Amino acid sequence: MIKKLFYSVVFGATLLFGIPVFAGCEISARVSVVGNEFPAIQTVGAGAQECTGAKVETNLTSEHQKINVPGMQGNPAEYTSAIIANSSIVALMNEDVIRPLDDLVAKYGKGLQKSQLIKIGDNIMAVAFMANAQHLMYRADVLKEIGVEPPKTYEDMLSAAKMIRDKGIMENPVGGAYAAGWNLAQEFNNMFLGYGGSHFKSGSAQPNINSEAGVNALNMMKALSEYMNPDFLTHDSNATNAEYRAGNIALLNMWGSRAASQTTAEGVIDAVKNNHSIAGPMTVGGGSTPASTLWWDGWTVAKNISDAEAEATFIAMMNAIHPDKMKDEKIRTQAVWLIDGYKPTDAAIGVFEAAKMSTTPYPMLPYMGLLHTALGNELADFMQGKESASQALSDVEAAYVAAAKEKGFIN
Amino acid sequence: MRHSTFFWFVLPTASAMVLFIAFPIFSVLVQSVHAPHPVVLVEVETCTPLVGCTVETTMDQDATKAIREAEPLGRFIGLEIFFDRGHLAVKEVREIIRNSNSFNEVFSKLSNLPFYRALAFTLTFTFIVTPFVIIFGFLIAITVNAISSHLKGLVIFFSLLPFVVTQLIGALVLFWMIDSRGILGSAVQWLASDPNLSLKASTGVMWVSLIIYGIWHAAPFAFVIFYAGLQTLPQDQIEAAKIDGASRYQQTKYIIIPHLFPLITFVALIQLMDNFRVFEPIVGFNASAHAQSLSWFIFNDLGGETRQLSSAAASSVLTIIGVSILLFPVLFRTWRDFRERT
Repeated sequence: MIKKLFYSVVFGATLLFGIPVFAGCEISARVSVVGNEFPAIQTVGAGAQECTGAKVETNLTSEHQKINVPGMQGNPAEYTSAIIANSSIVALMNEDVIRPLDDLVAKYGKGLQKSQLIKIGDNIMAVAFMANAQHLMYRADVLKEIGVEPPKTYEDMLSAAKMIRDKGIMENPVGGAYAAGWNLAQEFNNMFLGYGGSHFKSGSAQPNINSEAGVNALNMMKALSEYMNPDFLTHDSNATNAEYRAGNIALLNMWGSRAASQTTAEGVIDAVKNNHSIAGPMTVGGGSTPASTLWWDGWTVAKNISDAEAEATFIAMMNAIHPDKMKDEKIRTQAVWLIDGYKPTDAAIGVFEAAKMSTTPYPMLPYMGLLHTALGNELADFMQGKESASQALSDVEAAYVAAAKEKGFIN
Repeated sequence: MRHSTFFWFVLPTASAMVLFIAFPIFSVLVQSVHAPHPVVLVEVETCTPLVGCTVETTMDQDATKAIREAEPLGRFIGLEIFFDRGHLAVKEVREIIRNSNSFNEVFSKLSNLPFYRALAFTLTFTFIVTPFVIIFGFLIAITVNAISSHLKGLVIFFSLLPFVVTQLIGALVLFWMIDSRGILGSAVQWLASDPNLSLKASTGVMWVSLIIYGIWHAAPFAFVIFYAGLQTLPQDQIEAAKIDGASRYQQTKYIIIPHLFPLITFVALIQLMDNFRVFEPIVGFNASAHAQSLSWFIFNDLGGETRQLSSAAASSVLTIIGVSILLFPVLFRTWRDFRERT
């Protein structure tokens, strides 16, 4: 029954969107994929499910980070593959739940580009399929009305925001995913790198954020928040995009993977549909490195599964990122694909610009997750004006050091 | 009852309690005094798309695994985690007390430490929500008890709704309503004629919202218990009081409340426990910037990209201790009443 339903859904989707069903993906063992839930990843999940011969399950949810490690620690693991990004692969490697892919790449990896292979030391640990970065999105009509070019720096963004408010076009023209927790910490990371900071003292796990760059980054975030919806500490990417689609904001730093869906989601007003524009990431404080981070998304194969399941998983995931998919217009706009045969669409400008400007990649360090968590918990006090920037940063460092000591990264 | 009969009678319950209550608590205790082994780090060449190959620090899997397998429980660290900054923060507290001039200064500096900040919110929440839940529950119960019987079913159903709705869903509904673009948020902006007023941006208002939500959610629970109690009211006593000319207030004060008192104790116990572990509203309201609780710490420790099991275990043990301290007065009183009676 479920199989029938699945086929009819796939068939229906084929009719609706013209997604070609690729012949020749036959697998002989169970495949189960866990991952995030934005459009590009849903496409990859659906691509894996095209395979026949055995059951392919997907569990795509924004809570994937909470379930992927526990779901892969058992033996046999529940998930045979986790779709991850450069931040989340670290947790999987720390717990040793993913396997090196060298032999599978040699056997079934025909058509992969060399840049897709995530190599750590001597081993290929993941296959990347898309790149991502946060960059500027803006309303061309609003900027035209105040007569300024799209901002290249955060300082420009601030002055444009002031003009928009002063002219009475919008009360709070700036948007940002500043929700306390992961999002707020990520915005700090962007700004901190833009001011030339580096998160750790070189060659050690000792934190290095309570510095001039850290204080500057926080002050800039505070200045921007003055032009945001007063609820900004509860706004994640979804809420920020909802504000944008409703026409309440004109300038925002947002994920490239969301660029295409800004105008296609439900309830977008016409002014946004006709004037949505994107540009590269902004710099800050006179620096040349963008205040943003470069990301890749890719898939891994679990360690605690049989070789037959690993093989089936690899084949199914290869089918999901088959170069033929790049012929589909709808799939093409969903992301900046790293797949052979991908021709960039307009929605990809921001991420490509980020790469061209040599944006810093998100640090792939075993202890970065702990610092990210500490930032997410401790920065809200500063954003609410309850404490000074340097106090907030020293709180972050203290919270991080306690956690890093517990996990054995610092003695 | 003979001792052997008693033994066989309680054996199933006792063994279930050992298995499902004592063992888990014991394992949490063990976990909280152990931490993962030091990690062996190596620098290796890492290749990623758009960036190319760079030298990055990573974990030495084999070396770390060898240490982990030798002692799977981790290293014994005693109470170190309990005393670290994320929990009781003994060192930091001592420094604050030494370097502060006034009580106020100590208090404001303490609120910068996560555990004490969470404690401040949790205790405020517990000690405001619990009495209000009892008062509202009681008022609803005597009101419902007084209305005509064919309306009762409907009224009871609607009064129970807040308790029936899943906590997280209820919290989300209220959260969206107080959003600055939600119905309540906009109404308040309109009333105050200030378009920038945000109910979610102020810590004080967020606390009030959470507390109102807590009362709204739990009052039906108290109501059901009290309503059941009202069905067993000694009618002869009420009639006697009426004949003696007691007013409704006097009947309530001298007959109904004493009659319901054991139930009030029960509701207070359950509510103190539940409210101390406040969690869902904080998640539902996205309120972690303003209010945190011990339960939220556990969730946060386990939800990050790097899980902190030992820290979560320590928070759990502290929660158990906190609940025991809160319940002690009520339990002590029950025990004393029991002794006086026998």
